[in-house]
Amino acid sequence: MAETSIPIKSSKVADRSYTFDSLKNWVGVLPFFLFILIFLILPSTNLFIGAFQDQGGHFTLANVGIVLSDPFVYDAYVTSLKISVITSIAGGLFGFFVAYAITIGNAPRWMRGILMSFSGLAANFGGVPLAFAFIATLGHTGFISVFLNQICFSSPAGIRTCPFDIYKAGFNLYSLAGLTLCYLYFQFPLMVLTIAPALEGLKREWREASENLGGSSVQYWWNVALPILWPSILGSSILLFASAFGAYATAQALTGGFINLVTILIGDEIRGDVLNNPNEGYALALGMIVVMAVCVAAYTILQRRTVRWIKS
Amino acid sequence: MKTKNMNLWALLWAILGMLYFFVPLYGTFDFSLRMKKGVLSFLAYQVVLSDPQFLASFRYSATMGIITVIASVIIFLPTVYWIYIRLPQARPVVEIISILPFIIPAIVFVFGLIRTFDRPPLELTMTPTKTDILITMGYIILSMPYMYRAIDVGMRSIDVRNLTEAAQSLGSNWFQILFNVILPNMRIAVLSGALIVFATVLGELVLGEFLVRPALGPYMVDVGRDEAYQPAAMALMAWGLTWVCLGLISIFGRGNTSEQLTGR
Repeated sequence: MAETSIPIKSSKVADRSYTFDSLKNWVGVLPFFLFILIFLILPSTNLFIGAFQDQGGHFTLANVGIVLSDPFVYDAYVTSLKISVITSIAGGLFGFFVAYAITIGNAPRWMRGILMSFSGLAANFGGVPLAFAFIATLGHTGFISVFLNQICFSSPAGIRTCPFDIYKAGFNLYSLAGLTLCYLYFQFPLMVLTIAPALEGLKREWREASENLGGSSVQYWWNVALPILWPSILGSSILLFASAFGAYATAQALTGGFINLVTILIGDEIRGDVLNNPNEGYALALGMIVVMAVCVAAYTILQRRTVRWIKS
Repeated sequence: MKTKNMNLWALLWAILGMLYFFVPLYGTFDFSLRMKKGVLSFLAYQVVLSDPQFLASFRYSATMGIITVIASVIIFLPTVYWIYIRLPQARPVVEIISILPFIIPAIVFVFGLIRTFDRPPLELTMTPTKTDILITMGYIILSMPYMYRAIDVGMRSIDVRNLTEAAQSLGSNWFQILFNVILPNMRIAVLSGALIVFATVLGELVLGEFLVRPALGPYMVDVGRDEAYQPAAMALMAWGLTWVCLGLISIFGRGNTSEQLTGR
């Protein structure tokens, strides 16, 4: 980036521009800023202001207080945070190992190619079709459910037992556990895509140096690789967390809105004010933005730490 | 011995990863063929493709996708170009703005849109035409991270300054420079951005559902509520479409400089 921006800054065109009134230059980006102001900033600030107003338009903190103490809202936030944390940790671990396998783990070459391109595909494959795919696979009459159900044994007494009925065993796709499995389908590929460059950045010399000094494989990973990788790992996990936290379509299509996530609750609020007054809905939405903003801030900080070590 | 263990360990995870990818995919395919009892058939696909409502919603979303792509290019191309030649100091601000849609969840964004524009003076949710304008703006914002980055990466890979000076010395005006000189030189980057934007609009649920327009996303949710086999067929078609879009991007990328498309 520095390579491209410096010559342009010192270029003739840019030099000439500095002799103009510098305000004049901002005119060129005015349409963009106007567009952003009207269709992104204005709606967001409206929610923000609305969250701190009562219905008469006076300033109040009551909405935030009421939303925070509403058990239904509390439950929605807990459920959303729970599924985001679980899928980012599980997806992160799974994705890390898959990325390890296809980068420095020497998995067969053909597998690497397939896994890498499928990661790009699956990370982009979300929303309604993903829910449908899992219903067709793990639903009541889904492919795996039926397949496992057909595995039956006949005892000598002639009683047939089918021990692999996952729904009788307590599994339910249309629940938090099922939604977790769905989310993992795009979570772990996202981890593969974001962590693979970092793993490739691990220099072979570090490993050789560790071995020369008598370090075992465990010692290498614990004392050398992980300290270098952890900002990338944590940063990628935050990305996974955010992508699960803001997801709506998969949950809506899978459970028909019967799972109490914050996004689903906001959807209900838009359809027909389920909370006491619309301003509480704004406070609900504001909470999501706050969580996301914290994620992005943490991600940016971690990203800076990563660049120090990993140079491609 | 040690290295052999490591290979097996890696192989295990590679296989698990492949299973997680392919089992649901195969399961969906298998399921989608079972609409006619007792035989495997493509009946579910036929039913979907011959449903006039499917065709109508597909046409609506595809039209919206094309409009969004064109409008995005018209808004973002001059902006990025201007930043490159005149206003490099604005780049950090615009870059942060361009990823805001990743930070603000779509459902929160549409909530804000509705509560801002459903009242006077604009009342954009009152008639279908007005709502279509609003939904287009929404699509442009939601897909902005992709389009902005694609144009930015494309711009980085060409010599904007020399092209501009050459065109200026031949007497081009700003419009001609942008659309006859700059745009054709970075068509691959723009095309890859356009494909992602198009795929995003086609798969988008939230805007179509809450602005109540006949888009593909809400249609799919409706069918998913009532039918068993058609959703599986649609999921597989959606998968295929995503695959085609990403495949085209990597094919375009192979012929030309790969830097234009990696998009990082």
